[in-house]
Amino acid sequence: MSTPYTLNQYPWWKYLLIGLVMLWGLIFALPNLFGEDPAVQISGARANIAVDAAFQNRVAALLDADKLSHKRLELDDGRLLIRFPDTELQLKAADILKDRLGRDYIVALNLASSAPGFLRAMGLNPMYLGLDLRGGVHFLMQVDMDATIKQIEDSYVDEIRVQLRNEKAQYASVGRAASGGVQVEFKDEAERDKAAQALRKNLANLQQDEPGPLSLRLTLGEPEIREKRDFALQQNITTLRNRVNELGVAEPIIQQQGSDRIVVQLPGVQDTARAKEILGATATLEFRLADEENDWNQAATTGRAPINSRLYKDRDGQPVLLQKRVMLTGDSIVDAASGIDQQSGGPAVYVTLDGKGAKRMEDGTKGNIGKRMGVVFIENKTETKRVDGELKKTAYTVEEVINVATIRDRLGRRFQITGLDSTREARDLALLLRAGALASPIEIIEERTVGPSAGKENIAQGFRAAAIALLVIAVFMTLRYKYFGLIATAALAANVVLLIAALSMLQATLTLPGIAGIVLTMGMAVDANVLIYERIREELRNGNSPQAAIHAGFDRAFDTILDSNLTTLIAAIMLFGFGTGPVKGFAVTLSIGILTSMFTAVVGSRALVNLIYGGRKLQKLTV
Amino acid sequence: MGRFSLYNTNIDFLRWRKLAMIWSVTVLLIAVGSLLVRGMSLGLDFTGGTVIEVQYPQPMEIPKVRETLAKAGFGDAQTQHFGTSRDVLIRIPPRGGQGNAATLSNDVLHALQSAKGGAGVTLARAEFVGPQVGQELVEQGGLAALGALAGILLYVMFRFEWRLAVGTIAATVHDVLFTVGWFSLFQIEFDLTVLAAVLAVIGYSVNDTVVVLDRIRENFRKRRKGSAQEIMNLSINETLSRTIMTSFVTLLSVIVMYFFGGVVMHGFSVAMIVGIVVGTYSSIYIASATALYLGISREDLLPRAKETADDRP
Repeated sequence: MSTPYTLNQYPWWKYLLIGLVMLWGLIFALPNLFGEDPAVQISGARANIAVDAAFQNRVAALLDADKLSHKRLELDDGRLLIRFPDTELQLKAADILKDRLGRDYIVALNLASSAPGFLRAMGLNPMYLGLDLRGGVHFLMQVDMDATIKQIEDSYVDEIRVQLRNEKAQYASVGRAASGGVQVEFKDEAERDKAAQALRKNLANLQQDEPGPLSLRLTLGEPEIREKRDFALQQNITTLRNRVNELGVAEPIIQQQGSDRIVVQLPGVQDTARAKEILGATATLEFRLADEENDWNQAATTGRAPINSRLYKDRDGQPVLLQKRVMLTGDSIVDAASGIDQQSGGPAVYVTLDGKGAKRMEDGTKGNIGKRMGVVFIENKTETKRVDGELKKTAYTVEEVINVATIRDRLGRRFQITGLDSTREARDLALLLRAGALASPIEIIEERTVGPSAGKENIAQGFRAAAIALLVIAVFMTLRYKYFGLIATAALAANVVLLIAALSMLQATLTLPGIAGIVLTMGMAVDANVLIYERIREELRNGNSPQAAIHAGFDRAFDTILDSNLTTLIAAIMLFGFGTGPVKGFAVTLSIGILTSMFTAVVGSRALVNLIYGGRKLQKLTV
Repeated sequence: MGRFSLYNTNIDFLRWRKLAMIWSVTVLLIAVGSLLVRGMSLGLDFTGGTVIEVQYPQPMEIPKVRETLAKAGFGDAQTQHFGTSRDVLIRIPPRGGQGNAATLSNDVLHALQSAKGGAGVTLARAEFVGPQVGQELVEQGGLAALGALAGILLYVMFRFEWRLAVGTIAATVHDVLFTVGWFSLFQIEFDLTVLAAVLAVIGYSVNDTVVVLDRIRENFRKRRKGSAQEIMNLSINETLSRTIMTSFVTLLSVIVMYFFGGVVMHGFSVAMIVGIVVGTYSSIYIASATALYLGISREDLLPRAKETADDRP
């Protein structure tokens, strides 16, 4: 082979391209250098509560009054962020602010990136830390679908009884069958056939079969079961979302996982007992007729309700007087959805009741057309407080009127609530109605809590390990390959920068196993350089000139590098597909690390080698 | 450091392939035997149950903690120090009748805080895994391993040849069994992060093997003379310094992780260290020896389309 001097030179645009990629990497990795400030984030509990400049001044005054030194206040998108110099002040301030601001505001702990504003304005954020690194709670909850279906079948038992009575069909018994479904027993076949026909007409969604000569079984169809399961899941997600707001968590994650599970991640939450109490609260609804005879405001000023009424407040704090007698409870609600009223075109909520509920609604409303009806949302909560050093559990309920509307008609199985101010209000009301419907039982099947100091320790140890590994590899590579070892180290450093940049850009969750993935990638990333350098040595030993050896080394090693990296990538992708939580974090860093290392070790180090050795006459080459 | 004399080595690796096979089979039998007899010391992720890690402001003796827990009704709890004498790890096996399982960690912490000398106890970590979740994780882990093996098998078959693919899989299965057997034999806790490490070992082991295979293919195509065994030997010798260098560097980074990454990373690091060491051995011996036993020859690796056109000497 000849030795052209031009052998190891890149065209200028290749250097430019590599330069641009590195610039991109440096910019995206930059926010990670600044660390994070402990912060408190305040937002309005409801849509009509403003967090504005006036509020900011009020909070600033509160902080000053208690001599709570803070770095600065930032108003952003309806939220107020207060940064503190340390965690102690942050916790103290959060407690005080919670106390002073009351229930109208949500006060949440947060870690805010302290990168300068212009970086954040450009959409540049540091890596998103997983719960094992920032501390917090992870719950996996499972909705008990068997119980859900049971509840639905129970409600059908009542419904079927009502139907059969209306049709005057004689039956012996109605009950849930052990094998699922509702089973009706009859005294003779004629009655059974009559009943079957009537039920086929009125409850067309149920499938019928005849397990015995005198019995009839009704089961839910597959699509209906799917729908009910979905409803149960969505209902629980909605309820959990509402609850989490109350906990004061800055970046909660509440997500469906699979067909019957919900993941709840609450970064920064330490008091897991309290979190469980709040998440475990149950809600119900009551429909009551309004008290039309007494003055609501007068009752509110005296604080005393007339004898047959109860005094409530609505979500804006206005008084509402409702009758003591409960017309209907939330258990009867089968569905609630927001939509548009056909007649007026305004926002509406469509409510569906079960058979028993429909009957009670009809009876309750037929003599009261033109009068008003209120819906009360009731939450049952428990709270554990330290009283004289002893932990005490107390149960309490919170009641709130979520809607008052005029009864226009005799209401039955399906009715709608109109006269709402906005589609948002309709949506909120539908959510609350669903939340108050008979809840599907839910249980925590997995919990992972990491304390804040443990999280910090994990980060510190992880990064220390990564830094030491980088150093050890650098020393070793330099001893072994001299200048080329330095080039490999530079490529490795570039790889780490690109990896951090990619993780920051994708906002993929960085976990402790994820850091292990970074460390492992560093070891494996130098492999490409080792392959190349060993190849160059081999070519030199075969008597090739330095330039030709460099060229052939890079060229021939490439196939091997591609093969070996792709196979590792296959394993990493499998790990991503099947892994959960922290392990997924490992798969992510490993996969990205493989890709970035191919770039830095092959293209990046080649560029450096070309810059240093290319286009020169080399007598000797030390590899 | 100078040069270690790995160049121009001419070790007849495959002469000892019988010995290597006997050794590997013996070791694997021990591994499988241990798995059958001793089983795995499965971690919380797979068994379900509760683990709580607490930190005392002062060194704390384990018997005292045990006593406190027994009084509070946690007689079945296992207690040990974790890292330092201030850190205590408490394990509670899964209890029948779900019920309060989810609040267990809070009850335990509460019991410890109420006891004498427990005022400053803080919670470092608490994990509760329900039995159904553990079962799923076992299944998913197995599926991931099988999926990875199948994917790699297909890739190597596509890029190389089926005998080499089988050899690669044999080497990889060897490494996985060895690593898992190690955890069984020494009863080191096997949790989710260790499973991740085992999957990483699969990736690493194949990576290592593929480099040797690549050279085998290259040499088969380049050299006209020599038996399959000779060419394989040559290829292993030529890649030997790389194999050892890379394994050494990766090993270094994992060892650093073992010593500086914190106790949480111990299981992961041990799995990787074991995996890398056997992975290096298996990429030298198992993969090529298996292919050789399967009767690989030069013709199998010549590019098929160009076979007739390529007349270069």
